[in-house]
Amino acid sequence: MPIWIYILASVIKSAIVLGVLLTAVAYTVWLERKVVGHMQNRWGPTRVGPFGLLQPAADGLKFLFKEDLTPPHVYKPLYIAAPMIAVVFALTSIAVIPFGNSITIAGYTIPLQITTDVNTGLLLILGVTSIGIYGVALAGWSSNNKYSLLGGLRASAQMVSYEVSLGLSLVGVLILTGSFSLNDIVAAQGGHFWGFIPRYNIFLQPVGFFCYLMAAYAETNRIPFDLPEAETELVAGYHTEYSAMKFAMFFMAEYANMITVACLATLLFFGGWHGPIFGPEILQALLPVFWFVAKVFVFLFVYIWVRGTLPRFRYDQLMAFGWKFLLPLSLVNLIATAIAVAW
Amino acid sequence: MSVHLILFLAFGAVAVAGAINLLAQTHPINSALSLIAVMAALAGEYLLLGAEFVAAVQVIVYAGAIMVLFVFVIMLLNAGVEERTKGSRVAILFGVPGMLLGSLLVTWVVLRYSGTEAVPAGALPGAPRTIGTLLFHEFLLPFEITSILILVAIMGAVVLASKPPTVAPGAPIRRVD
Repeated sequence: MPIWIYILASVIKSAIVLGVLLTAVAYTVWLERKVVGHMQNRWGPTRVGPFGLLQPAADGLKFLFKEDLTPPHVYKPLYIAAPMIAVVFALTSIAVIPFGNSITIAGYTIPLQITTDVNTGLLLILGVTSIGIYGVALAGWSSNNKYSLLGGLRASAQMVSYEVSLGLSLVGVLILTGSFSLNDIVAAQGGHFWGFIPRYNIFLQPVGFFCYLMAAYAETNRIPFDLPEAETELVAGYHTEYSAMKFAMFFMAEYANMITVACLATLLFFGGWHGPIFGPEILQALLPVFWFVAKVFVFLFVYIWVRGTLPRFRYDQLMAFGWKFLLPLSLVNLIATAIAVAW
Repeated sequence: MSVHLILFLAFGAVAVAGAINLLAQTHPINSALSLIAVMAALAGEYLLLGAEFVAAVQVIVYAGAIMVLFVFVIMLLNAGVEERTKGSRVAILFGVPGMLLGSLLVTWVVLRYSGTEAVPAGALPGAPRTIGTLLFHEFLLPFEITSILILVAIMGAVVLASKPPTVAPGAPIRRVD
């Protein structure tokens, strides 16, 4: 394929994916307010548009028009850079995620993924998300506020601790597939066990999935692991001193990270875009993307469900859970998988 | 000039600029952040040479884990701004020419005698599978010895970090949970 078609396709794909991602971020916030509202016997947003559907637009406008306060005691360069770091790296990791099989338009095969198939795709995602920690840590430090600093310290300690379990929980899947490429991992999950159960990794790696989900919740600082912004102790944690759009950037980063985690869970454990494919040609091209989005939606719902259900950990419980339970469990899972595959 | 070469030079320039900035900054956290930029630029160089796995590991281990701990420690210690001094006269008179001479010598020796050839972009065998096979077949013994070395270092850190019991002998022990 000529280089200009390749570049054109990349630009178009980036624009579409970024647009969809940012819309998804906005509407995940809406979904969370709605679902948690109903769980708590309230209505959630209802006033702006039908079912409060225009609430994200109203929120966005409000963030833009609020006064952008910079407190006098902050370390300015990093105070400004921190929310940008957080949001840029949260949005970057979507680049290697494949949404479906490649499609053919006018004789050219175009992969449904911003980059082409990278043979270290999974490692790239882990690397990019691990750099995202700096956003939170630097925000806490540069605000020059004790609550912010404590939040930033908690966040970096928690993320470094749970990253170990997160990485180890994925190695089981890698052993089964023998590739870091997300496309290969999804391709290996096609077909069925005994003709009716889909060959998803969740059936082979239930313990690995459990470890991944726990570690990923901790990595995204979500309830029950949201100690970096524990309101009862730290006002708002690392983003205490932030207002207007800078505050919104942290919010966007958090929800974009949730979506990345949901995408990764879908790709690694739930067969990615695999699902029943039927009907005319146009439907056959679109159904894989539909299945992918549907699975991601289920994971986002579970996130919100957990938020509406569980209370927050205490800090010593968080560390004990990470190091004394999750890490040994993922190591045992890794060794068991290795023995089973070798045998 | 190919796109590869332009990108390679750009990443190299970022790495050098980051390293110089590391020395020039007076605030420890700015120095630490410049070091992260250097690491990231090096990862870009590895990627362009075709060593994808090394590039990813460079980002995950150095930029994502080790430097986070650096920044963590700087934040905890609350280290202040470094005081500027003029530096010793000996360092300026002998250090700078000595460093230049040394680096010239190393460059000359490497170019003249080591028999290394220039690596075209994307030519290194850096796929994860190749690295894995090399590590766990040919270089298994060095790999295992290194891991034992790291284990010893971890245990040493735990021993150094754990406080000795400060309770006087015979005093009632109070649990602090």
